[in-house]
Amino acid sequence: MILEDDANAQRRDAILGAIRQSLGRGPLSGTAARELDERLARHPASLLPERAKGSRQEVLQRFVAMAEKAACSLIRLADERAVPKAAADYLRANNLPLALTLAPERALHDLPWQDEPLLQRRTGAAGEQDLAALTPALCAVAETGTLVLTSGPGHPSTLNFLPDHHLVVLKASDVVGGYEHAWTRLRAQYGAGQMPRTVNLVTGPSRTGDIELTIQLGAHGPRRLHILLVDDEAPSGD
Amino acid sequence: MNKARPQAFKENAHRALGDANLRKALAGLATGFIPRRRAAVEALPEFDDLRARGREIKDHVLAHLDHYLGVFERNCRAAGGQVHWCATAEEARQAVLGICRQVGARKVTKGKSMVAEEIELNRALEAAGIEPIETDLGEYIIQLAGEPPSHIIAPAVHKTKEQVAELFLKHHQKYGKTVRLSEPQALTNEAREVLRRQYFEADVGITGANFLIAETGSTTIVTNEGNGDLTQILGKRHVVVTSIEKVVPTLEDATVLLRLLARSATGQEFSAYTTLSTGPRQPGDLDGPEEFHVVILDNGRSAMLGGEFREMLRCIRCGACMNHCPVYGAVGGHSYGSVYVGPMGAVLTPGLGGIEASRHLPNASTFCGRCEEVCPMQIPLPKLMRAWRERAHDSAATPALERHGIGLWAWLASRPWLYAQAARLAARALARIGRRQGRIARLPFAGGWTEGRDFPAPEGRTFQEQWRARQAGLG
Ligand code: SF4
Repeated sequence: MILEDDANAQRRDAILGAIRQSLGRGPLSGTAARELDERLARHPASLLPERAKGSRQEVLQRFVAMAEKAACSLIRLADERAVPKAAADYLRANNLPLALTLAPERALHDLPWQDEPLLQRRTGAAGEQDLAALTPALCAVAETGTLVLTSGPGHPSTLNFLPDHHLVVLKASDVVGGYEHAWTRLRAQYGAGQMPRTVNLVTGPSRTGDIELTIQLGAHGPRRLHILLVDDEAPSGD
Repeated sequence: MNKARPQAFKENAHRALGDANLRKALAGLATGFIPRRRAAVEALPEFDDLRARGREIKDHVLAHLDHYLGVFERNCRAAGGQVHWCATAEEARQAVLGICRQVGARKVTKGKSMVAEEIELNRALEAAGIEPIETDLGEYIIQLAGEPPSHIIAPAVHKTKEQVAELFLKHHQKYGKTVRLSEPQALTNEAREVLRRQYFEADVGITGANFLIAETGSTTIVTNEGNGDLTQILGKRHVVVTSIEKVVPTLEDATVLLRLLARSATGQEFSAYTTLSTGPRQPGDLDGPEEFHVVILDNGRSAMLGGEFREMLRCIRCGACMNHCPVYGAVGGHSYGSVYVGPMGAVLTPGLGGIEASRHLPNASTFCGRCEEVCPMQIPLPKLMRAWRERAHDSAATPALERHGIGLWAWLASRPWLYAQAARLAARALARIGRRQGRIARLPFAGGWTEGRDFPAPEGRTFQEQWRARQAGLG
């Protein structure tokens, strides 16, 4: 932790003091403060919309529909071993060079890339010249078709924004109903109150409406967002 | 050129009504934001319940603002971030300049930030020899034009594509771009190419924040372009410029507000990018900023907390109130002469700067109530505008006309040709409301005139016709 200078501490105390004056009370202590801290620790969920609920199958179907509505393309794969071919097929179908920058995540590295001998792979953060990147996802949220991407040694955030084409490997078992379910996953992974440096909630490719309010894709980030959805769940109706 | 001061509202409004380009650009509000919002709201049956929850959360935060700011600071610092407290715009400018100077910054990239506009950060950076590059397409366009934003989420909404093309032709020659473009996609592509190199050259990336999350010490931005993300990942330092009322307790609390924000703003179900940033890059990370600074501004907000304008601090800056405001739709954002425009600007600006400097703004309303109806945070904007008007009435600086409780629309109404133009636009908006409600409780004339009686909604007729009919009826 960085030591703060006295002037900053004084300015903080003055601002907090002005707030308390407006609220007509002094600093909270005892029960009042404890109640607020308990609320923080409990982080109660508010109203969960119906569209964030449902059986596994419904949640998955909703995710697919919402992601496509947000202008993602999506392909379903029966097995994660099909990822290298699906990624190469995407590049070929879009007339792109057979080159891919991979997030340095073990699970991606271990895929059967030998199936695509012509595909050039590089691993690391994104560079200025990269056209296509492949990353994992922590999870995804069905209610709006949103991917949850977390930074770390296995997933540099530049991969999510610099290349024109962002390919994301997502396991069906990691698709959850609402954002609240994603926060549960995040806390399970990193610990309560702890966060990776960057959490990107990504819903479709980059876009802008800044010229005459007409929507254009590919403003600064990826022009295309392609999801490789791996069906790792046994079908069930629950 | 519009006068960038709220005192000049009438003069600016007058000019705006005769500006054909502005008419064309603002027509997009009625065909873009308004129907898109309606569709998104209709697609989420829980929307109104969420509004009530969102309001509760914000009211809870405001009642315990000191506590949650303290928790935010503690957790932000624990994650390796630094928090800079600033009572005034000048203190905030100095804090940002200090951070930039420490790394010898020559160039900074900026994501969209209304607080940065509020403190006029670009001017301070330029004066210190640091080049600010706006990366949000709308902000970039107005930076090239040398203008302030005219809308809080669509800063260049007042520009036609032809005007954008003209600006790009003029300013992109130095990058070897000499072709006049005409289509939005081509213009977007050229801006992308020109701005891409800037991210790599910048020393510091400055963004705003939609929310601060106390539980984790994170800041949050919501964007569609991805520019705010490139700005913060590629700079050596990430500086967040924000204000005290943006804090929320937990991720779950932020979620309620996020479900309201994009739907109210652009009519999207969710914006393309919602990003939580916590501290600097962590051990083993291959990218991300080496330092993380959060500059938290008060600038009048703590005082607003104590009075009748507290509710304004619930605002999540979605822009719905201006998208649906007949006055905004007629005269555009620049007429307000302030950083915050439309109904929210008319209430917030006097709160931050004092009513003396902005006494026209609370009169820039028809009191039709549409803003309150669409505000996701249920802020009673007409009531708050009326409260400011009453204060202005008491102020010695107020001319007689306004002290008689009439104000801008009376001024417009006394200039028939001008009024007819404004009214044609407003009538369309009002007819739409009328179809939903049948009656309109308030007319844009003298305060109190329609109090206590409802006025039949115009069926697409102008106020002038209504006004005449009504006067005849009363006579
Ligand atoms: S006042 Fe309400 S509608 Fe206007 S910007 Fe703020 S939250 Fe949105």
